[in-house]
Amino acid sequence: MQKRSLVPILYIFFLMLPIYWLVAMSFKTTNEILSGFSLFPQTFTLEAYKTIFTDPTWYWGYINSILYVSINTVISITVALPAAYAFSRYRFLGDKQLFFWLLTNRMAPAAVFALPFFQLYSAVGIFDTHLAVALAHCLFNIPLAVWILEGFMGGVPKELDETAFVDGYSFPRFFVSIFIPTIKAGVGVAAFFCFMFSWVELLLAKTLTAVAAKPIAATMTKTASSAGYELGLLAAAGTLTIVPGAIVIYFVRNYIAKGFAMGRV
Amino acid sequence: MKTENQKAWFFVLPVLLLVAFNALIPMMTVVNYSVQETFGDNLFFWEGLGWFEQILRSDRFHAALGRQFMFTALILIIEVPLGIAIALSMPRKGFWVPVCLVLMALPMLIPWNVVGAMWNIFALPDIGLLGYFLNHVLGINYDMTQDPVAAWVTIITMDVWHWTSLVVLLAYAGLVSIPDAYYQAAKIDGASNWSVFRFIQLPKMKNVLTIAILLRFMDSFNIYTEPFVLTGGGPGNSTTLLSIDLVKIALGQFDLGPAAAMSLIYFAITLLVSWLFYTLMTKDDLN
Repeated sequence: MQKRSLVPILYIFFLMLPIYWLVAMSFKTTNEILSGFSLFPQTFTLEAYKTIFTDPTWYWGYINSILYVSINTVISITVALPAAYAFSRYRFLGDKQLFFWLLTNRMAPAAVFALPFFQLYSAVGIFDTHLAVALAHCLFNIPLAVWILEGFMGGVPKELDETAFVDGYSFPRFFVSIFIPTIKAGVGVAAFFCFMFSWVELLLAKTLTAVAAKPIAATMTKTASSAGYELGLLAAAGTLTIVPGAIVIYFVRNYIAKGFAMGRV
Repeated sequence: MKTENQKAWFFVLPVLLLVAFNALIPMMTVVNYSVQETFGDNLFFWEGLGWFEQILRSDRFHAALGRQFMFTALILIIEVPLGIAIALSMPRKGFWVPVCLVLMALPMLIPWNVVGAMWNIFALPDIGLLGYFLNHVLGINYDMTQDPVAAWVTIITMDVWHWTSLVVLLAYAGLVSIPDAYYQAAKIDGASNWSVFRFIQLPKMKNVLTIAILLRFMDSFNIYTEPFVLTGGGPGNSTTLLSIDLVKIALGQFDLGPAAAMSLIYFAITLLVSWLFYTLMTKDDLN
């Protein structure tokens, strides 16, 4: 037992090392970083964080990212719920082909689509808005949400639906007041995944924005190249991008394993 | 089991429209570019299948494709067994389970460019923790900006760090679904650890492992941001994976025709391999 628990402990230690280094670096002064190696910050400073929280180009990056991620999560879950229900309960013409086609969109390399996306969203006239990024991320988040929700719905016996209809529930009322509460764990997990994949994606988000809706990740890239070697600032910005994910994951902690298995265990 | 109902199409219609808008229109744009030649100024000339032929015969594409397959193969060979081993040694219940799971999932929630930047800082030869440790404590000459082998080791380690948890979480989900009675029965029969793994745990994990391999294949085959931020494809072209090369051609040289043709070939390869996995997966669902 003792020997066995060593494996996860070592693994988590390995996972934490680069994260520790990023956090430690964010509390160091630029001088200290460039002057040589130090395991802990020698002169502890919050200068980098102060810059981020007072400079609008920095903190607006975070607000922009959170905005488009939230819009995307709401859109994805709303449209995926009825679709997942259809896939889990009914057979219809072309259902299998449609399901596979949805999944293929998770396979398309984002690099392939960057330029056409830019042209499409410029033509529609919503380039550089939060909505543009939110809609673009639907490409891979909706199929994922459908996939996860369908897995969770498959675990709900069909008798639930039939009993409700016998009891005189209309479909919309059954769906909203009985069915969705039954699979709320699945909805939470699907929302978590939409949040996660929209939060971590950069290529499309960067391509579809210029100033008004620029994501934090893009602000970081610009700083990395223009400000030369402000590693402390870069590390602080990076550290702050880990925080939202850590908060969201706390809410689904009991469903993570099942969620990653797309509800299929 | 399922009832036939053509009206179910109305339920999937919003999904269909939204995804089609994002998938079909850009895809048609790519197809359009792939058969034309442009000299700028929005002037296009019919090129036919010339670009496809050129790409399929080009050494540069073969080299990038080779590197891509090597990267994906190494990733799968390392991450899948490692993930299973870690999942097997995790506690099944108790206070530490959610703690472990949350900590393990953390790397996956970090934006991809931050992952690259983080590993860059981590691997700096003289001031990064990893670089300092290798160079000054172990005395290994390590500099990933100069040495292709070091660059490869770094991007593989980064990906193992980033995504092994996905395999762990999936395998773990399969493991906790095994009822205790199975283990008790195995104990009574005097089964060895290996046969418990081979005949109880592995079959139960088969479905989730297929998902894990499928996701790891798709994502590692399409990987762009992390290695680009970490190594920029260098030193030389040694870590220029397929996506990185594609972006170089499309946005760097603005060769839209060849880039579009390459995109379609790239997509077709991903699709083909993924389809193989998918058929395996759905075959299991039916049984």
